[in-house]
Amino acid sequence: MYDVLKVRNDFPMIQTLKERHMIYLDSAATSFKPQCVIDKVNEYYTKENANIHRGDYDLSFEVSDEYENARKTCAKFLNAKKWEEIVFTNGASSALNLVAYGYGQKFLKEGDVILSTEAEHASNILPWFKVSEVTGAKIEYIALNHDGTFDIESFKKAMHEGVKVVTLAHVSNVLGYIMPIKEITKIAHEYGAVVVVDGAQSVPHLKTDVCDLDMDFLCFSSHKMLGPSGVGVLYGKYELLDQMDPFMLGGGSNARFDICGNILLKNPPFKFEAGTPCVEGVLGFKRALEYLMDLGMDNVQKYGHELHAYFMERMKELDNVEVYNPHAQTSIVTFNVKNIFAQDVAAYLNKMGIACRSGNHCAKILLNVIGASETIRASVYLYNTKEEIDYLIETLKGVTLEKCIGASL
Amino acid sequence: MMEESLKRAIILDHYQHPRNKGLKDDPSYMSRHMAADSCIDDITVMMKIEDGEVKDVCFDGQACTISTSSTSIMSTLIKGQSVEKALMIIDEYYKMIDEEHYDAEVLEEANAFDTLSKQANRINCGTIGVKAMNEMLREYQNGQQ
Repeated sequence: MYDVLKVRNDFPMIQTLKERHMIYLDSAATSFKPQCVIDKVNEYYTKENANIHRGDYDLSFEVSDEYENARKTCAKFLNAKKWEEIVFTNGASSALNLVAYGYGQKFLKEGDVILSTEAEHASNILPWFKVSEVTGAKIEYIALNHDGTFDIESFKKAMHEGVKVVTLAHVSNVLGYIMPIKEITKIAHEYGAVVVVDGAQSVPHLKTDVCDLDMDFLCFSSHKMLGPSGVGVLYGKYELLDQMDPFMLGGGSNARFDICGNILLKNPPFKFEAGTPCVEGVLGFKRALEYLMDLGMDNVQKYGHELHAYFMERMKELDNVEVYNPHAQTSIVTFNVKNIFAQDVAAYLNKMGIACRSGNHCAKILLNVIGASETIRASVYLYNTKEEIDYLIETLKGVTLEKCIGASL
Repeated sequence: MMEESLKRAIILDHYQHPRNKGLKDDPSYMSRHMAADSCIDDITVMMKIEDGEVKDVCFDGQACTISTSSTSIMSTLIKGQSVEKALMIIDEYYKMIDEEHYDAEVLEEANAFDTLSKQANRINCGTIGVKAMNEMLREYQNGQQ
């Protein structure tokens, strides 16, 4: 049985919110951290401060061990076959750029096709714009339905022999729809294409099994799933990682090099991790993964779906609100108050102690699909409650243009 | 300080009935597209300056109440003024936003934003159109020197 009140006790920010009379509905931007994660980061600086993979002393060996154990914990979390398939980066964006640069720019050529959707976050489409510019490969888009939902038939139609890379978010950061990744990878693989999955909005909420879903690459961030910021993960099938180029060269990524310019890179994942990483962040991330596994990702997913369904149900009561993603199943609700600009509503909500986000949410090409240039996004996570949603609903019921203006005076 | 109900009325009025809204298809106008500073407001401001005088200012775009009304109000304040006077008004406006001592008299309806500095998330809204006007005025001035 999932006990949200017990969970809330683990998050010091929940207490801070009480003191500030606030509720937080912006976990799609970043999540709160449980005390155990905060303690771990602190512990590294107070008791374990040493660089990894470098020193010849116990302190360094111990922390190197712990760092590598974080990789194993992450492999277990994702059900990856090998710990060598887990590359630590400094975030999802960095991981997505690494795939585009290290795989896309290396292997794509003129006439090849990168297939994506119009609902992608900037971090999963701009790097491919660059790949296209450098290699001459072309970007094509899978047609979305008029309401932004995804249809596997449209994907089948969009696939052809020329497609070498399919890149998409498992859960869109604006619409929150869950993509049928398993079907997508199966079809893409029949054409010999690799599938890159942006998991920034999915891995925190959904039980993710990279083997079952047969993803080739999966990129996500620690900070959206209870861990510290400054850490992300690139999961990649080992044989693909092995062929890929690193984005950065430097200390720790090479085995040896000589004065003639010959470099012998280490094997994955180490060849991708030049320079001292965010050690305390990775150790904290390990704790976050353990915390999530203790709760059980099945439970987290089930609670998330329940809470989101309740949220959607209550939003339907509001005549003055338009919801853009009524079929979403997790985390995100994207809406506008009719006839009031999104940012004005967000300013009013801020004044009423509700943190959520207005804007076009880094998925700027989606405008054509939903027909609203600016929206408000409220997102929930494992520590949010129905009572918090109720408070948002009551606040939205009373919103007027005059009140919104008043909020900025 | 301006009374809150009056501020609200001024902002609402300029938001619902923006002055000088609509762009001109006239190459003698200078133009600034303001979209890079924020991911939400998207405003274009045009200005015609002749013989050291602001002959016309106009704007259009997708924007919130604060950016629409501040742009509308400032357009009314500087239209018909000399470039020097227009720049002086804008300077006073910036001083108000930066919480420095300022001359409230020249700002007229723009005093509706006299507490905007307390709303960190709205300062950009209250200055986006004004910034465009400021840039064009200074570009004109530099061209004259």
